Amino acid sequence: MSTDTKPDIAIDRSVGDFSYDVNYEYDAGTGLSDKTIDYIADVKNDPEWIREFRHEAYRKFLEKPMPTNWASKDLDNIIFNNIRYYLSQGTQPKRSWDDVPDEMKQTFERLGIPEQERKFLAGVEAQFDSEAAYSNIKAAVGEQGVIFVGSTEGLHKHPEIFRKWFGKVIPTGDNKFSALNSAVFSGGSFIYVPPGVKVKHPLQAYFRINAESFGQFERTLIIADEGSEVMYMEGCTAPKFETSTLHSAVVELVAMKGAKIQYVTVQNWSPNVFNLVTKRGLAHEEAEIKWIDCNIGSRLTMKYPGVVMKGRKARGEVISIALASDGQHQDTGAKMIHAADETTSNIVSKSISVGTGRATYRGLVHVPKHLKGCKNNTECDALLINSHSRTDTYPSITVRGQGNSCQHEASVSQISEEQIFYMQQRGISEGAAMSLAVNGFVNDLVQQFPMEYSVELKRLIDLEMEGSVG
Amino acid sequence: MSTTLDDNTIETTTPAWLAELQAAALKDYENTPAPTRRDEAWRYSDLSALNLDAFVEAKPVESEGRLINSSRGVEQTAAKLVFGNNALLHADTASLPAGVVVAPLDVAARDHAEIFRRYFMAQPVELGSHKYAALHKARVTGGTFIYVPANVEVALPIEVFHWVEGENASVFPHTLIICGENSKVTVLDYFQSSDNQRAFACGVNDLHLERGAKLNYVAVQNWSPTSLAFHINSTIVARDATSSALSLNFGGGFVRGESLSRLDGEGSRSEMLSINPLDGTRIVDQRTLQDHAAPGAASDLLYLNALDNASRSIFAGLIKVEEGAHRTDAYQKVRNLILSNESEANSMPGLEILADDVRCTHGATSGEINEDELFYMQARGIRKEDGRRLIVNGFFQSLLERLESAPLREYLGRKVTERLGLPVQ
Repeated sequence: MSTDTKPDIAIDRSVGDFSYDVNYEYDAGTGLSDKTIDYIADVKNDPEWIREFRHEAYRKFLEKPMPTNWASKDLDNIIFNNIRYYLSQGTQPKRSWDDVPDEMKQTFERLGIPEQERKFLAGVEAQFDSEAAYSNIKAAVGEQGVIFVGSTEGLHKHPEIFRKWFGKVIPTGDNKFSALNSAVFSGGSFIYVPPGVKVKHPLQAYFRINAESFGQFERTLIIADEGSEVMYMEGCTAPKFETSTLHSAVVELVAMKGAKIQYVTVQNWSPNVFNLVTKRGLAHEEAEIKWIDCNIGSRLTMKYPGVVMKGRKARGEVISIALASDGQHQDTGAKMIHAADETTSNIVSKSISVGTGRATYRGLVHVPKHLKGCKNNTECDALLINSHSRTDTYPSITVRGQGNSCQHEASVSQISEEQIFYMQQRGISEGAAMSLAVNGFVNDLVQQFPMEYSVELKRLIDLEMEGSVG
Repeated sequence: MSTTLDDNTIETTTPAWLAELQAAALKDYENTPAPTRRDEAWRYSDLSALNLDAFVEAKPVESEGRLINSSRGVEQTAAKLVFGNNALLHADTASLPAGVVVAPLDVAARDHAEIFRRYFMAQPVELGSHKYAALHKARVTGGTFIYVPANVEVALPIEVFHWVEGENASVFPHTLIICGENSKVTVLDYFQSSDNQRAFACGVNDLHLERGAKLNYVAVQNWSPTSLAFHINSTIVARDATSSALSLNFGGGFVRGESLSRLDGEGSRSEMLSINPLDGTRIVDQRTLQDHAAPGAASDLLYLNALDNASRSIFAGLIKVEEGAHRTDAYQKVRNLILSNESEANSMPGLEILADDVRCTHGATSGEINEDELFYMQARGIRKEDGRRLIVNGFFQSLLERLESAPLREYLGRKVTERLGLPVQ
């Protein structure tokens, strides 16, 4: 298909592109130093061990090099001293939307969060810049002993669970950005599901960046105790500013024996956001951790959700959809660390590159010595829409010893001219045909999302086809 | 690198331009830092294996007659050259068609200076071993220059043997093949240790195929099991030309192989094949690049590793489709057959696609022998160990099926069978 007749694809980002003037009560100013960290620790009334943890992490952040020896050089455009590290109107989230300050309430109303909560969610947390503005869990779910609060509240009210797992799945020094998050973290969720409790409806967090040149560093810790089940969903948006914004989260999941955690992300940051996130889960015996990850927004995303399969028969899964439009680089993938016998992992990744967009899959599969019966399956498919689109695949697979099997398959293709022609023959316009073909490409993965999200996703990937039809 | 090796003097017959080139290469070698752990091109590799301190300049071989007699390959050849410790021991070029040049490097540099200068190490080394390629360039004395003029077909294979002898001896085997338009040739390179000593081999082979040319290149590597070896290859394929390159890594303690195929013209094709039976503590570290610079070209890579004992394989391959290289058809596959609990296979099959309208797939598999197959053979009275070898042999033989020439296929099939310790029929 010649380049000229290719229709353009535009994605509707108008929904999240607005901001309000907010008078922040707490503002750590611009730039990062030990003083910034003390300011955050003071405002949040951190216990002493957390304050020390932050300072130690800050030292590690300074020591660690940027990963530019293998990653995008675009990382060098992050000026850490031009970022605002903490902005809030207080650290106490409201339990009722009526108590949420107007401008924040309007923000979340426009994003449809309260409506979704009424419809199908077991609990909601809505974070506005550094702190949660709203946090609530349905009474019935709370009565089962499920804890769903912000990270600050989790730290203060449930220290015995929090401290046991905090920073244990992702060590501070894992990478430069996990160290940065550990130094200045604020917000995010803390979830504990007691043994045997199966939370029927999803818990949801919504992350909103409102301020310019702001860095959001939420920290999420989810612990599913023996035999429990929980699904967590997160969404995010930010207005489009001229200056760049940094979002660098750390998410740790712990699934105890036989527990199941599903973590769903629909990332739709505006195209000025650097989205550099570290996500990892620890799966004990027969536990199952599944990351369902969809990346549509941001300028550069680097995110490789991982599962450490620590117990026998543990299972890890990553389902990933990435859409890279003009000027975007979606550098996503998965890490599967097999650390016990008979553990199985599955990675399915589909990416679409549009215009000058670049989608990269980076994967790590590790099966160490003396393990038996470990299996990994990896499938990566990439779809290229325009002649300037780019896609890369960089998997890395290490298998030691017999008795395990790993397979990796990847393919790159474009929408076939025959497909489009076939549909045009039946009276479908070229634009609509392209849209159908793209949706067909990701459809089997979109169906893995909860129904309400797959609708949202379809709307987000509602590719508007324009352009000359030959 | 010890002083004895640095003292290696350039022969007085070397033309001035080559001496200059070699002096500059030595500086380049010295100024290029050694690979570090942060180098993606050396990920999973064993950097401690790269210590060259112990190696010395190779002395003239003692067993010249024995080496010449042991240089036995296919039954009939168009030409045969034998090198021992960088020096030419034997050359038989009587059966070559008119116009075809098969000459040692020093002769070619003198008699065919213009062509030699145009092609000799003209390609930048991009896959990590720039430093060692510079060392090769600075030190190379022995090696083969093969030039096949346009429209000439060399029916019988050309064979070149490279021997190394003596403790810590260093050799720098070089093969430069230039295939003129619509020419056709088959070249077999043999790399062998004369004894069981540790040696250092740093080899480069550059293959150039002009429009419509056809080249079959086979490297049979059998250095001693403690040797350190580099084999750096680049293949440039012009329009409608077809290259098929196969490496058989039978020996070596640490073998670093780098293969770059550049598809430079429409309709060009490159096949990259490798067979690696690994045992002991041997490491084979292979990096490949299928560089699609032109539209409508095809490349196909298949690397097979069978890993026994505490051996290790590293495979990092990249299919790169450059902007505008539409209608590319590229395939890449690495298969690891893991035979022991101590062995390790690392696979990094990569894709970088900057054009649309392409068909690119890659795959990597790691697995073990199917117990049912072993049981089936045991039930028919085949001992378990023999059964294992038979399965590994079948695994490798399946790759040889791709070779076009039946006699070559059978000949290399016997070599693989022999290497696995199975009786050859």
